[in-house]
Amino acid sequence: MDLLTPDLGLLFWQVVVFLGLFLILRAFAWKPITESLNERENNIQSALDLAEKTRLEMTALKADNEKLLAQARSEREAILRGAKETADKMLADSRDKAESEGKRILEQARESMQNERQALVAQMKKEVVTLSLDIAEKVLRKELSDKSAQEKLVTDLVSNSRLN
Amino acid sequence: MMRSSINKFLLITALILSSLVGAQAQEHNHEGETPAKQEGEAHAEKGKFNVGDMIMHHIKDDHGWELAHGFTIPLPVILYSKDRGLEVFSSSRLAHEQVYNGYKNEHGKIHRVTEAGAVDHEAKFYNFSITKNVASLLLSAIIMLLLFPAVSRGYAKNKGKAPSGIQSLLEPIILFVRDEIAKPSIGPKYTKFLPYLLTLFFFILVNNLLGLLPGAANLTGNITVTLVLAVITFLIVTFSGNKHYWLHILKPTGVPIALLPIMVPVEIIGVFMKPLSLMIRLFANITAGHIIILSLLGLIFMANHMGGMTTSIAISPVVLFFTLFLNLIELLVAFLQAFIFTLLTAMYIGSAVEDHHEADHGIGYEGTTSELG
Repeated sequence: MDLLTPDLGLLFWQVVVFLGLFLILRAFAWKPITESLNERENNIQSALDLAEKTRLEMTALKADNEKLLAQARSEREAILRGAKETADKMLADSRDKAESEGKRILEQARESMQNERQALVAQMKKEVVTLSLDIAEKVLRKELSDKSAQEKLVTDLVSNSRLN
Repeated sequence: MMRSSINKFLLITALILSSLVGAQAQEHNHEGETPAKQEGEAHAEKGKFNVGDMIMHHIKDDHGWELAHGFTIPLPVILYSKDRGLEVFSSSRLAHEQVYNGYKNEHGKIHRVTEAGAVDHEAKFYNFSITKNVASLLLSAIIMLLLFPAVSRGYAKNKGKAPSGIQSLLEPIILFVRDEIAKPSIGPKYTKFLPYLLTLFFFILVNNLLGLLPGAANLTGNITVTLVLAVITFLIVTFSGNKHYWLHILKPTGVPIALLPIMVPVEIIGVFMKPLSLMIRLFANITAGHIIILSLLGLIFMANHMGGMTTSIAISPVVLFFTLFLNLIELLVAFLQAFIFTLLTAMYIGSAVEDHHEADHGIGYEGTTSELG
């Protein structure tokens, strides 16, 4: 068995053992191992992909939420502003209305007072006429009996029934 | 890009390193052999120590496994001859150059002997014995058959979980073979060849490491073993070679017509040189490592022989330091050679199966490495 000459027996055993080892290990070790490794790598890759996808979705969702929130806020502001405007308008309207109503009532009162006064004056004028006529009649009657007394009476009457 | 250039650098460093180790070993080999031949006759008497013989005895195959001096595990001798049929007996029957059944073991080689006791060179028989190397081969096969199905079971057990135990120890190496050797060298068709590359890598690695144990056989440093591995690689490359691979050999692109008579033979020689270089590289590196370590340890015994006990004790610490250092280098070489053999196999397969547009790059890369190797 020299160092550089191949030996038939060892050659035979080496071929048999190595090929046997290769076939057995291929079936019972390398195939399951490489399959498991590939499967694990695929799992890790898909998990990473999913995480990335979820992250993107989350960002989109967050952006959506913010947009929604901003919209809601602006809507609320619009509603509040609208309500305030309406309230202000209503207040102003009612104030105007009350003012005009008051004015109208005042005007009416003034008018009716004027009318009343005019009627009163007319009444009074009529009464003064009647009174004057009565006085005149009484004076005339007294004159008929006593001249001086009649005169005195007229003066008194006139002074008493002074109009104010 | 970055990674491939790092790989290239590592590979070149490895190849240079390995060739240096090889050259050194050859020197040692000669040094070891010359005195052995010269002193062969001078030290005919027993008890004298011969480093060359000791080294050759350790790195060569043998009937019976000598774990320590004087302690040999007998192994079965299996012989087949046309006239006697199958003969099986223990190697212990042939120990100490005894003659058994007309067979005699001379320097690890079994010969038929005639009645008179002379070696009969005419007799033809085949020796299928379980030698030291075959026993070591079977041992490594058992280790691998226990180890890798256990790893595989780990994947079934820890499905969807983190790897544990032996599985997490070997997974990085398996991934290394797949991602750093098979994928970049072969390309997308790597899955078909991955089982062979993994078996090859771990076979060489396990046997390299086993060979470093004291008393172990020198299996990956045996030319027969590396020959079988190289021939299998050659057959795989040849039978998976596609149209572009053969076209490249028979009519290299971009070569002037006048150069074809030179280039085509060169390419054809290259086809055979590739497995040949694989065979010799692994054999030489591992054997060299063994020879260096044994030579260093042999220095102690030489010192004992030449200068007596005190000298040998005095030089022992120095020798042990160097032996330890070389053992560490051998540990590196064990991984390195497994890596190189597998990587080159993957690259040869890659050059045979790759599509045309990648062809030039692949061949160029390969060319540099095979020149360096």
